[in-house]
Amino acid sequence: MSNTNLKVKVWRGTQEGEFVEYLVPRTPNQTVLDVVTHIQRKMDPTLSYRFACRVGMCGSCAMTVNGVARWTCRTHVSKIVEGDSLEIAPLNNLPVIKDLATDMREFFNKWKGAVGFFKGDKTRHDDFTKVQPNSEERQLADAGIECIGCGVCYASCEVVQSRPNYLGPAALNRAWTLTNDVRDVQQLERMTAVAGDAGCHACHSQGSCTEACPKSIAPTASIAGLKKLVARAAIRGSRWGKL
Amino acid sequence: MNQGVLQAKLWYAQRISAMVLGICVAVHLVIIFYAIQGGLSAQEILGRTQGNLLFAVFYEIFVLACFVHAPIGMVNILQETFPKSGVAKPIAWILALLILILGTTAVIGVFTGGQI
Repeated sequence: MSNTNLKVKVWRGTQEGEFVEYLVPRTPNQTVLDVVTHIQRKMDPTLSYRFACRVGMCGSCAMTVNGVARWTCRTHVSKIVEGDSLEIAPLNNLPVIKDLATDMREFFNKWKGAVGFFKGDKTRHDDFTKVQPNSEERQLADAGIECIGCGVCYASCEVVQSRPNYLGPAALNRAWTLTNDVRDVQQLERMTAVAGDAGCHACHSQGSCTEACPKSIAPTASIAGLKKLVARAAIRGSRWGKL
Repeated sequence: MNQGVLQAKLWYAQRISAMVLGICVAVHLVIIFYAIQGGLSAQEILGRTQGNLLFAVFYEIFVLACFVHAPIGMVNILQETFPKSGVAKPIAWILALLILILGTTAVIGVFTGGQI
């Protein structure tokens, strides 16, 4: 680590705006979120950004750092700094509210659009459903379940960029985990919601979401699972019925 | 039919036609390598294909697979490249009909030797 200052360009404005440069002192083990917080607390209190937990659990601090969407709280400056420069911008593919804060409504509405929520048919009077930890469904759901909803995959997705109504990797990944939840009773509605060009079949399988996911989830694999399942359900039917 | 379900079916059709194309292209290439060994002439090609029902059926399957596969891909590319233009479906249909008509005409041509 050098003792020189970091030259940090930060996006200021809304959709229209400009990068403003700040000189931020380097500190040991400094994260990108530390840098943004330093600017906001010590240099310019009008800077807007979002964070909560600071430890990679809440998914609120994602930004575009040096051109790549990342969770800033767990991104060390030393790992990504180019020379002594950082460029910090809001996430792509989402409207900017102000500075580094984006409007996430569309992102989360698409989770609803993909029927990305659980609905069972048991009551508190019924016994627990027994799901074997090593069953195929449980294993498939496990692979995608750790999503923190940070929006990094959505901001990295080329298809979201070219098809604004595309549900996106996070919503489809959530749909896939629920498709493998044996307790859920909305399987046909979900498959209909995620079918076609606004859903899983528009995915190019380019893998940008998988590459960028800070939780090492592979939405590309989840979407591939959905593609096969849903297309088969449309042609031949599925165990829940035909689309 | 729900638009998404239709698109899911098209996706399926494109995948199945891709499998058919994979085999057809491989067979086609092997035939080309075999055919050009002694030079290439119209006479020689027609000698092989004229009246040969097996060749005609194989190449018509090839044409049908292209007819299904290419326009579905084309419509996706056009919709993503020019989302607001509305040209995707018309162009894809034109491509589909061209492949079907020109391809089938060619198959009939090499089967009959151009004698109808």
